[in-house]
This record gives sequence, structure tokens and C-alpha cells, in this order.
Amino acid sequence: MVKRSKIVIFFVVLLMFAALIGLTTEKIVKGTKLGLDLQGGFEVLYEVKPVKKGQKVTEDTLKSTVEALNSRINVLGVSEPEIQIEGDNRIRVQLAGVSDQNKARELLSTQAELTFRDVDDKVLLDGSDLKGNGAKQTFEPNSNKPIVSLKLKDADKFAEITEEILNRQPQGENRLVIWLDYEKGDSFKEEVKKEMGGKEPKYISAPYVNEVLTQEDVTITGQFSVEEAQSLAKILNAGALPVKLDEIYSTSVGAKFGEKALDETIFAGFIGIAAIFLFMLIFYRVPGIIAVLTLTIYIYLILAIFYLMNGVLTLPGIAALILGVGMAVDANIITYERIKEELKSGKSVLSAFKAGNRRSFTTIFDANITTILAAAVLFAYGTSSVKGFALVLIISVLASFITAVFGTRLFLGLWVQSRLMDKKPGLFGVKESDIREL
Amino acid sequence: MSFNYDFVKNRNLYFIISALLTAAGIIFLLTIGLKLGIDFESGSRVNIQANETLTNERVEEEFKSLGLEPESVVLAGNNDQANVAFKGVLSKEEIAKLNTHFEEKYGESPSVSTVTPTVGRELAQNALIAVLIASVGIIIYVAFRFEWSMAISAVTALLHDAFMIIAVFSILRLEVDLPFIAAVLTIVGYSINDTIVTFDRIRENMKLEKVKTQEKLAEIVNRSIRETLTRSINTVLTVIIAAVALLIFGADSIRNFSIALLIGLAFGAYSSIFIASQLWYVLKSRQMKSKKSRPVESEPEI
Repeated sequence: MVKRSKIVIFFVVLLMFAALIGLTTEKIVKGTKLGLDLQGGFEVLYEVKPVKKGQKVTEDTLKSTVEALNSRINVLGVSEPEIQIEGDNRIRVQLAGVSDQNKARELLSTQAELTFRDVDDKVLLDGSDLKGNGAKQTFEPNSNKPIVSLKLKDADKFAEITEEILNRQPQGENRLVIWLDYEKGDSFKEEVKKEMGGKEPKYISAPYVNEVLTQEDVTITGQFSVEEAQSLAKILNAGALPVKLDEIYSTSVGAKFGEKALDETIFAGFIGIAAIFLFMLIFYRVPGIIAVLTLTIYIYLILAIFYLMNGVLTLPGIAALILGVGMAVDANIITYERIKEELKSGKSVLSAFKAGNRRSFTTIFDANITTILAAAVLFAYGTSSVKGFALVLIISVLASFITAVFGTRLFLGLWVQSRLMDKKPGLFGVKESDIREL
Repeated sequence: MSFNYDFVKNRNLYFIISALLTAAGIIFLLTIGLKLGIDFESGSRVNIQANETLTNERVEEEFKSLGLEPESVVLAGNNDQANVAFKGVLSKEEIAKLNTHFEEKYGESPSVSTVTPTVGRELAQNALIAVLIASVGIIIYVAFRFEWSMAISAVTALLHDAFMIIAVFSILRLEVDLPFIAAVLTIVGYSINDTIVTFDRIRENMKLEKVKTQEKLAEIVNRSIRETLTRSINTVLTVIIAAVALLIFGADSIRNFSIALLIGLAFGAYSSIFIASQLWYVLKSRQMKSKKSRPVESEPEI
């Protein structure tokens, strides 16, 4: 006797899944964040080094560096920067979809330590003497050239140093040299020689001091364009980095490259997954159809989990996903092979289905637990991309386990219980001649 | 299936094949080593996308006009892409210069990667240590759920597969980059899964009857391999389908990843059919022999 109700339930459940997938897929696909290898952008791994002798790079220094970097990125207007501390002296910065990479890079790693020195490079004032948020781009009243104005904390200190400079002998050494990111070994006198040779000097400017100045306002007049002066003012306001940043790894991807890689890999995915589906349909017939259903749900589930976890999809991530489909098929194959074996031993469709499910469960369980165990260790001990990879592996094994085992029980179960498939082992891809008599 | 190949009888042949391949791999690794990509060597890589056909000479000229000396230039795509490698790390200023230059010239800024060797090496070292710790974990779990000899055999097969990918990459002079590590890790996960399915069947068949002789043991191993053979082949086929699709249609940057996967899948399937169970057979029959040699004192009633 055929139970049509089971078939009806099958299609109702199927429709529910189809509706869920149909209604949410667009949101998931559009909402999933793409890595910079898929949408263009850049990533830099900085090694954090102390600026001054005796300074130690501690967790606090790293945290305040990250803060300073964050406020600088706000200057750039990038929406979702990723800045992470790695190990005990590294910071990884990922900026996806930056339009001007050169500017971004410069802006990030500039230490932005402003110093005022004499002609012998002795420090007279540094960033700690500046008032916070006091930098501003303005114009020089006479020439209308763009300049940067600063506010000092202490006017008397400025009077002291201008007096010191004024009293320098011989004539012509009464200059206040303003440097941005003075590096050890830089020398004003060398730079002056360069300047005479027509090269741009490393210091910003070196005005002559002709009187003692008791004031808080100081202006820097350099060879600025308006944009340069603005960006200098913003960097100074965002605050100097407490440390020096050395790039030890960097990668930048052009937007078009990313787009192309995404298109190609998604196309490859469609081909690969379609081929797997075709293979399952030919080899396993009705269970093959069920496998296509559970695998579709599997792909949906993975994307949904990724979306909910706020994960960033990268190129290797997509590759892992496509490959994961190949592996997720395994649980289906184990179950269907087992059912086929039971059918060949002469059991009825219903009891072969039950025995096949029961017996394949421990196999799938042990095989998957071992893989998860390996992945968990990789996750716990691995760093950065090894960790990310392990996480994808764990998610896909779990999702495959759930969809293959329970999906098969539910969907194939309804068909088997409907009794429509009774005495038709061909529907499972089993030849009548292979069936042994009980 | 009317298929009666004896998987156990020829075990020494498989062991010899694997031993020879392993030895060859060790020799290659010790002599010419791996061709390390810039992820492991200090260096820089620039990918240019042009809106016109390129030649090697033209690309080199372009870089020389910027004062840069490329180490190698490889054209890709429809000869409108170039992958250019540099020894040493390009400075921020140099990258800025070439970004601007090529953006003006071809309307598309290039992709630039620079790396100091420490980062890549640390990752590789970290992955290696993680795999070794994972192996210990697997041994403990399998020993607990199955038995010791199976744990040892499964992990040997796993390390065999992972090593083979590395060896083949050394022999074929393929470039090793960071996605390569991900591929090796994928195979570690896949290989253990594959082996456990066969062992699970052996465990089940062992429960059904009393195994007293080596002949009986061989028969069980053979039967278990045969019963899981369709599954082993079908599973590896579906994963291979996915990997081949990635290799042919996927982005350039994951090509080596796909090749590494294919090699690993092939060895993974090979080792779970021809190595793991045979290894277990050898360990198990030794165990049986040593038990037989001292039954008198342990069972006083005889």
C-alpha cells in the first residue's frame, strides 16, 4: 500500500527549505564580507619597534598604537578596517577597498613624531610639548601659502629655546629645524648640502630665529600643497605613534584582480559542484537526488554560518568551500553504499534503509570526530591563516555531518516509508542480479 | 562485486613503493630542496593587469625605467597579465612609485606583495608543530575507540600522504607558497577520514568472528577493503572533481594549491587502500604471534 501522505510531507518540507533559502540567500550573499584578495585592498604586517632606547614594547604600547592607527584610518574614511595585535610585537592591518593605497600606506606607518631641533640636530621640542588637537591647516596672511599652525603647551619654554638659538654663533646658525620622523643618522647639515644640489631636504622647514618668541602659536611653513598641509595637520592631531612600525609583510591587490579572481573561482565552483551532483545522480539514482538536496542545504548552511559569524570570505576560503562539498558527499556515499550492501544481502527496502543508516552512523561519527580532533588542534596551536583554515574545516565537517546524516534520514526516510520504492532496488542503483537470496 | 584482488598478499610491494618514494623525496629535499615562493624567501611579487598585450621585454623595460631590476617576468592570462618577482623587499616608496606608474599606464593598479622570510617560515613551522600535536591527539583517540595498532597505522598513513605532497613538489620544482600549507593540512584531514572508514569496517568484521590464524586475519582485511572500496573510490572521485574544477577554472593564485590537493588526494586514496590496513595487518599478526608464544603461564588451567 502506497502512503501518499509521506510524499506530501516530503514536498512540504522541501518547499519550506526552498523558501528559507530563496528568501535569505540574497541577504547572505550580499552581506558576506569579502577579503581583500577578492575586492582589492591591502594588508600590512608591522613589526613594532621601540622609538627610544630603553623603551619596551608592552601590551599597553601595542594597544595605544592600535588606537592611534584607528584614528588615522578614520582620516582615510575606510569603513571597516581590521587591526589586530599578533604575537607580542606585531600588528596586522587590513584595509579592503581603499581607493588610494599609496596614501593609505604612507599615512599608516608615518610615525608622525614632530621634532624641533637646532642645526646640530639636538632636540629642543618634541611631540609631548604640543597641545592635543591643536594642529590646523591655515594660510600665511602675506603670501597666502598653505601652512600648518600648532599650539604649544608652554609659551615660556618656546621663549627659552628661541633665545638659545638666537644666541648661537657663528651667524647663520640661528635656525630652528623642524623635522617629521627624524631618523637616527639624519643630519641637518647633510640635508642642506642636498638642498643646494636641487634635491628636496628631509626636514620640513628651517626658519631663522631673529627674536625671542614668547607665544603658544607656532606655524610651520614648508613646501606644502593644501592637501599635504591638511593631511599633516590631521596626522598630528591623530597623535604620534608611540613606536616605530616596520613592514615585514605586505600584500596589495588591485580591485580588478580581486574581481577577476572572485568570478573565476565562483565559476570553477559551479562547474565542480555541478559535476559532483551529476556523478551522484548517475551512481545513486533516488538517493542521489536526496544527496543533491542535502548538499544544497549544506552549502546554504555553511554560507549562513559564515555570515552569522561575521567571517571574511577569502579566495582560499572559497576553494575550501568547494572542496568541502566534495568531502561532505562522503557521508552520503558511506550511507548509500551501506544501504546498497544491505539490499544486496536480500533485505527489504525499509529494513535495508534502517540497517544502512544505523551501521553507517558509527563509521561517519568516528571518521568525522577524528577530522574535527585534528582541526581543533590546528585551531588551538595554529596562527593566523592556519587558525582560519581550521575553523572553516570544523564548520564544514559539522555542517556536513548534520545535513548528510539527518537530511538523509528525513528526506530518504519519507520516500522509503511511502512504500513507493518497495521492491525497486534499481532506484538505489542496485541490480536485481546482485541480490543474494536470504 | 566479482572482484577478488588480494590486497594483503602483495603488501611488501606497496611498502617498497612507498619506501622508495619516501627515500627519493628525502634525497630531493636534502639536495635541491623546495622551490620556495616569496612567502618563505625575502622578496617581492608584482602582478600587473594591462589593457593591451605585453611582452617580457616591455615589462622589463617598464621596471627599469622606474629603476627596478626584476628577477623574473612571467606572462599570464591572454598575455595581458605579468607576474614579476624581485629579490629583496621593495620599499614603500618604490611600491608607491610603481603603483602610480602602472595605474597611469594601464588604468589598473598592480597587486604587490612583499615579505620578509620570517613570517612565512614561522607559519610553516607552526603548521608542522600543529600537525605533529594533532597526530598525537589522533593516536590517542583512535587507540581509545579502536586499538593501538590501528592508531599507529592511521597516523603513519597520514604522515606518509603529507610528506608525499612535499616530496612531489620538490621533485617537480613547483613553487611552495602559503596556500600550499593549507592544501597539506586539508589532506591531513582528508587522509585520516579515509583511513578510519576502512578501519571501522575491519573493526566491525573482527567482531563477527573469532580470528585465530593469520590467514583468517588476511581474509578479513581483504574483505573489509573490498567492502569499502566503492566508497573509497567514489569519495576520492568527487573530491578530485572539485579540485580539478578549481585547477582548470579557478584563479591563478590558487593553482599550486589545487595541484597540491590533487597529489595529496591521489596518495591519500592510495595509502588508505594499499598501506594503512596492510600496516595494521603486519602489526596485528605480530601481536597474535607473541600472544601464542606465551599462553601457558597466563592461563594456568591448561
